Amino acid sequence: MARIASLARSRYSALALLRGAIGGHRHWGRAWRAAEPRRAYDAVIIGGGGHGLATAYYLAAVHGVTRVAVVEKGWIGGGNTARNTTIVRSNYRQPALQRLLDHSLTLWHGLSDTLNYNVMFSPRGALFLGHSDADMTRLAERGDALRAMGIDAELMSRDAVARLLPLLDMDRNARWPIEGGLIQMRGGSARHDAVAWGFARAADALGVDIIENCEVTGFLRDGARVTGVRTTRGDIGAGRTGICVAGNSGHVAGLAGLRLPIESHTLQAWVTEPVKPMVDTVVMSQSLHCYFSQSDKGGIVGGGDPDFFPSYAQRGQPLRLEDSIAQAIALMPALARLRMVRSWAGVTDMSFDGSPIIGETPLPGLYLNGGWCYGGFKATPGSGHLYAHLLATGESHPIAAPFALGRFATGRTIDEAGAGPKPQDR
Amino acid sequence: MLLIPCPHCGPRAQEEFAYERSLDSVVRLDDTPDAAITALYARANLRGEDDEIWSHAHGCRQWLRLRRDRVSHAISLVEAL
Repeated sequence: MARIASLARSRYSALALLRGAIGGHRHWGRAWRAAEPRRAYDAVIIGGGGHGLATAYYLAAVHGVTRVAVVEKGWIGGGNTARNTTIVRSNYRQPALQRLLDHSLTLWHGLSDTLNYNVMFSPRGALFLGHSDADMTRLAERGDALRAMGIDAELMSRDAVARLLPLLDMDRNARWPIEGGLIQMRGGSARHDAVAWGFARAADALGVDIIENCEVTGFLRDGARVTGVRTTRGDIGAGRTGICVAGNSGHVAGLAGLRLPIESHTLQAWVTEPVKPMVDTVVMSQSLHCYFSQSDKGGIVGGGDPDFFPSYAQRGQPLRLEDSIAQAIALMPALARLRMVRSWAGVTDMSFDGSPIIGETPLPGLYLNGGWCYGGFKATPGSGHLYAHLLATGESHPIAAPFALGRFATGRTIDEAGAGPKPQDR
Repeated sequence: MLLIPCPHCGPRAQEEFAYERSLDSVVRLDDTPDAAITALYARANLRGEDDEIWSHAHGCRQWLRLRRDRVSHAISLVEAL
């Protein structure tokens, strides 16, 4: 048993692969232990998705806090980590979001080396399409603002877009004519499962307990203070408790009697059969709300709008699926020839200003990381890094400070879409 | 897809309707600032049955109250507001 554990923690390398080949690859151990819950930890993180596991990893790696448990109701990476479109970028409009997501993007670069796990991060460029003069003006302004923040952004002419993606419909009479674009070359995509597994393995190696099949059913309280969690596998004490369950934040915070500026909505995605490389970058249109890219396996992965009404069901409405597919096909008619092999839905925390919430709650000892709307995957390492800072020190990192829960009462919302407090309008 | 029994028009496809907000989130003219903030931003967001305001936007354009299960999507009550 001890031998298996030590091998599990050995480094992955070409040499280890070669050694494995000689022995028929029978020596590979578990990537992380199946931990039994202990009675108490310095920090308990609720939610074993990418964000929760990243939080645990950075708590141990950056802050030296290793008495940490991640409790997960299902299995690691079985929730929204497995249900997104794996797009990574930081070209947002609001400065606070630019800082937050560029912090994350900086961590994405080099993440595979940091974790000793190939997360297949592929900075292949993330392109916004412009469909009109007004769109191009908006994209030019966005690019200027981004460069002023030190974030890469390149305005592309119509011809340059046509050269980059020859399969786009560049006809002047196309349903949505393409006038140019704005590309972030540091952006791209990553392998979603590998992100969860990589963080889980790296956190486990530093002593973090990852406890699967362990659903939180309530909170341990000492007056107002939260002192741990009640779970289906017993009570677990915690110095600090961190909620990290985007999609279900409303439900879990509700167990503590809190009401959040969040509604849970369904967001769908789809993937086609795998084909040879045909889409070199991530293609997005914010005017339409459609985005697609090609996975390393070859499938075209895409998505669009959420379902516009609250739902915790991990299944979506055919209407919205049809919308996003119709948009993708209008932009790139060749996609019509591909068979869709799968579509799925995830439950997203739609916050009331479209931005995430990272901060303390009104209850001492209880912290919240949620409200990621449909943009959480790209933030995984940054979100974990900043949340770890909060859980280790009790203070928000300066980059995370604007995302406090209290901003809604004070009016300092970070409204990327300028849509006001209606989640379905984003 | 939901089939919503509009009390004015009968059962109609979901495409005709628009979700507005949950019923507990209506800001009233005489609300205190705290009550208004709560109504605007604090949601029970129940993983189960909740009351919602919808409009029959592409039909009779009336406001409706729906009691709907947010996991099974079953509608147990629809009435005119």
